[in-house]
Amino acid sequence: MTDSVGRHAAAEELAETLILPARRESYVNGNGQGLARGPVVRAAGRHEARASVTGGEADEDHGARLTDAAQPAPVAGERMANRTSALRLVWVYPDLLSTYGDRGNLLVLIRRAKLRGIDVEAVEVKSDQPVPNQGDIYLLGGGEDLPQILAANRLRKDGGLVAAANHGSVVFAVCAGYQVLGHRFGGVEGEPVDGLSILDITSGRGDRRGVGELVADVDPALSVPRFTGFENHQGVTRLGPGARPLAQVSLGVGNGDGTEGAYAGKVLGTYMHGPALARNPGLADLLLSWVAGRLAPLDPDAEEWASQLRAERLAAVGG
Amino acid sequence: MSKLPLRARLATSLSGAAGRVSRMTGRGDGSVIGGVLGLRVEPELLRLLAADRQVVLVTGTNGKTTTTRLITAALGALGQDVASNAFGANMEAGLASALGRAPDAPYAVLETDERYLPAVIEATQPRVVVLLNLSRDQMDRAAEIWLTARRWREALAKADGCVVVANADDPLIAWAASTAPRVTWVAAGQRWHEDSWCCPECGAHLRRDELGWRCGECGFARPSTRWVLSDESVIDDTGKMRELNLALPGRANASNAVIALAVASHFGATVDQALPRLRAVKSVAGRYTQVQRRGRLVRLLLAKNPAGWLEAFDVLAPAPVPVLLAVNAQTPDGKDTSWLWDVDYRVLLGRPVYVAGERRIDLAVRLEADQVPFELVDGIDDAIGRVDGGELDVIANYTAFQQIRALVGRTE
Repeated sequence: MTDSVGRHAAAEELAETLILPARRESYVNGNGQGLARGPVVRAAGRHEARASVTGGEADEDHGARLTDAAQPAPVAGERMANRTSALRLVWVYPDLLSTYGDRGNLLVLIRRAKLRGIDVEAVEVKSDQPVPNQGDIYLLGGGEDLPQILAANRLRKDGGLVAAANHGSVVFAVCAGYQVLGHRFGGVEGEPVDGLSILDITSGRGDRRGVGELVADVDPALSVPRFTGFENHQGVTRLGPGARPLAQVSLGVGNGDGTEGAYAGKVLGTYMHGPALARNPGLADLLLSWVAGRLAPLDPDAEEWASQLRAERLAAVGG
Repeated sequence: MSKLPLRARLATSLSGAAGRVSRMTGRGDGSVIGGVLGLRVEPELLRLLAADRQVVLVTGTNGKTTTTRLITAALGALGQDVASNAFGANMEAGLASALGRAPDAPYAVLETDERYLPAVIEATQPRVVVLLNLSRDQMDRAAEIWLTARRWREALAKADGCVVVANADDPLIAWAASTAPRVTWVAAGQRWHEDSWCCPECGAHLRRDELGWRCGECGFARPSTRWVLSDESVIDDTGKMRELNLALPGRANASNAVIALAVASHFGATVDQALPRLRAVKSVAGRYTQVQRRGRLVRLLLAKNPAGWLEAFDVLAPAPVPVLLAVNAQTPDGKDTSWLWDVDYRVLLGRPVYVAGERRIDLAVRLEADQVPFELVDGIDDAIGRVDGGELDVIANYTAFQQIRALVGRTE
């Protein structure tokens, strides 16, 4: 798999360029030496989100990150116009959290960004590498119990993802990755394991596995069409006051209380596992728009197969 | 046969009759229905039927049916009957049925479903257990693979009388086999790494190099091997190298063949005796079969999961020979098509790609993301009608494969 080797190298490079102090300075100064990317333009949303974080303890691990002061903040909606760097997609720990087609979410985001002329730089960060804190969209996949616990422990220790989320980066997590974003989840024997607390949810283990098609109606505030997906989990998730349900279940299990998934700011998680965005391109576009501003509609030809798939799956379950 | 208790004899004759009816009425190849009836009459049937035989169990995610067939062929060198569930009916009923149909065979080579391995070890007291590989497969109905490996470890730790023949290049297999009292390690290779980036023992990231794999934290490492697949050749446990020259295509089958040779040697069949018999195997339960249909040479490949698709791509005829991909999502296939996103389809660029099956739209969305051009077709004959040249390769998952096979004929 030369491809994954290539991406591996790219991940190391990005991690290095974003985290090593020497490189960080050159990044901030905007000379972009050896990066071919130019300076980072900080999105306005990040400043807002950052300001709301108290204490800033999430930054401890890597010290002061790229400072905001170096760049004027462009207003929302002009972000892509002002961006000189590519949209950075970071797939977190595919070696631990990629059980079933999770690569699909990365591929769908890449495709839909590129169709709009947005340059994309995708990196895969393995669990022995530092998580860069300057990505635009972070993806977390599903995983078995043991890898899920390892991922949570490593991500807590690393601090990169937490810092990025606190700075207002977009985080999209499915299944086990969704649970990891919360305060706690159920371990191998159902024992509580600490998560990252970047989403106000707490998960445990339910009585039986929810396996099958899932249909859910999305929070109208997000303007995303009805979800169609597949779920395979035994998790039960309760939302705290700091998170809103992503959708209301009409078929399937979801969080276990009639709701499905959760979101707060630009951090979003769902029990639709694997390539959830392939069947829900509206959700993919929502994530992209949080970084790039309003997106141009795609040519109908480019939407044809995804539309057919949605229609077929919803019809198959009478949705 | 006569040494079986009466209830078991009744059960085996009933199951044989049911199997014949199933075949005669065209409902199946009879390998499961007979066993199901038999087990209802005598729950201990498998244990009774396996008693006093030399049993080999073959399990793993991919290559079970082919390896079972190859071991059966290799043991043919011993000149005695070998019972086998050659058509992939690999749960208890299929195993009992296979043994019931060959009551006097002193040897039995039994493909065994991953989930049933512990129970089947207990019931059959095998002489050899073959562990091929473990990777993601139909997760809506199968256990997570680390859990499967853990159950194997527990079962093998108690299996005093048997030798495990295991692929040392698959870390999860090595971990599963490492509790067994006796293991013959085979360097059988591993193409699919996506399920073994992390140490099964402690979870740390595994390091890989040309010498194999090793955990940087707990030290768990690839065991040293007695049998080796080296390019197209086998190196046996005395260090002697021979070219395999199999009729079956692909690296995966070369790997299966080396494992079969290692198993055969435990029963006294030498490589020189066994290898010619492996070379004579040309297709396995319809897989790799070439059939003539409407003037085209059609070759059928079965691939049920991402690792299997990788192996299937490996044996495609060179581009621009076209390929038909057919995907269903019935219960035996797994109802979840997410795995399509774990396969890298870009290797198909440069050849016409046709897409069929009940979940062909899932496949269409997947290929579109990889920018692989394709055409939707209504089945194999539609694809054949669109092919310019004389050849068509077909890769299908389980029930899609069975549907195509039913249409083009069950030729062996």
